Amino acid sequence: MGAVKVLLRNPRRELEVAGAMQVSTLLNRLDINRESVIVIRANTVVPGDAWLNGDDEVEIRPVISGGDFGPADREPAENGPGR
Amino acid sequence: MKCRVCREPAIIDIRRHNANFCTEHFVKLCRDQTMKAIDEFDMIAPGERVLVAVSGGKDSLAIWDILLDLGYDADGLYLGLGIGEYSDASGDCARAYARSREARLIEVDLPDDYGYDIPTGARAAKRVPCSACGLSKRHLFDKAAIDGGYDVVVTGHNLDDEAAVLFGNVIRWQTDYLGRQLPVLPARHGFPRKVKPLVRLGEREMAAYCVVKGIDYIVEECPMAAGNKHLGYKEALNAIEATSPGSKHDFYFGFLSRASAHFRPQAEGEQADLLPCTSCGAPTTAEVCAFCRLVERAGGHLPVPEPVPVELGPSRSAPATTTGAHL
Repeated sequence: MGAVKVLLRNPRRELEVAGAMQVSTLLNRLDINRESVIVIRANTVVPGDAWLNGDDEVEIRPVISGGDFGPADREPAENGPGR
Repeated sequence: MKCRVCREPAIIDIRRHNANFCTEHFVKLCRDQTMKAIDEFDMIAPGERVLVAVSGGKDSLAIWDILLDLGYDADGLYLGLGIGEYSDASGDCARAYARSREARLIEVDLPDDYGYDIPTGARAAKRVPCSACGLSKRHLFDKAAIDGGYDVVVTGHNLDDEAAVLFGNVIRWQTDYLGRQLPVLPARHGFPRKVKPLVRLGEREMAAYCVVKGIDYIVEECPMAAGNKHLGYKEALNAIEATSPGSKHDFYFGFLSRASAHFRPQAEGEQADLLPCTSCGAPTTAEVCAFCRLVERAGGHLPVPEPVPVELGPSRSAPATTTGAHL
């Protein structure tokens, strides 16, 4: 039985997870909230019920971005989009 | 898992819609939701000139792509922040996208044009980096729009961004900010109109949109965003969303329809006190606007040390079955 090769980002690192499994199972095993990532295989997105085989390579890409969204240091006159 | 529309294999499941979509119908969904937001909130009128604030990230490139596909006259504005390799890479993404669409990208560079970068500028001005960055962006987006004769500035703020801001404002009952948290800020007092057409779409959808459209965006998080409180708010909301899909949408749009108006009089009262900055002419509540004060304090502090990358994103404990780096 092979292992699914997994690329993680921020920071970039790789790991292997043994056995065939669904994407949702992989995320659960890695304790990753599905709302915060997309999973990419062969340059396209795959849904939670897609099956991953032992020779698959996938990227788990975080989608949360930070930045200036808050009011803490924002002057009233300058409130507005910061992105 | 099959597409709700055509029953072909789906590529994405969107739990708050209780639906799955194939590539074609997912792209259509993104366009439709954008159009719905534009129409619902009167964001952009036909024929208006649009300036898209482009960071090189997924949201700003996605909204630029959607607007161009929908036929809008949309140019991009990229602001070089001087954050080492991160700025180099994000600028490359913005330029590559503009070339691919033969679209116009205006560039402003903080170090070259204003004599400071975000890391050192923030330190010199005693602001947190995200604050100095946001202040610089808002001022320079406004200036570029006014100078260039654009009718509206578009930003890539999405549903997750707006829900996180609302969450933070409610936690601290920032009633003045609650009064201004709208998907459209109308043009007035010398500010251009600013709109957020992605408020009906989540950031997971925007990342997926870029992947399926082949848009190369900067995946790495800004190294200056370490410890940003809004990342924590987003994680908290995603934990709720995981067990109760649709919560972020209901939280934000429920606020707009049922609570926002209660806070507007206070915000509008503050807007009435604006006067031109004695240095640059931009509207401000002070004699000299915050941007000019930042330039005054931060200018001439180049160069800066290379920022150190930080770990952000889906970090959790590493499973025992894995090998390689820690998660």
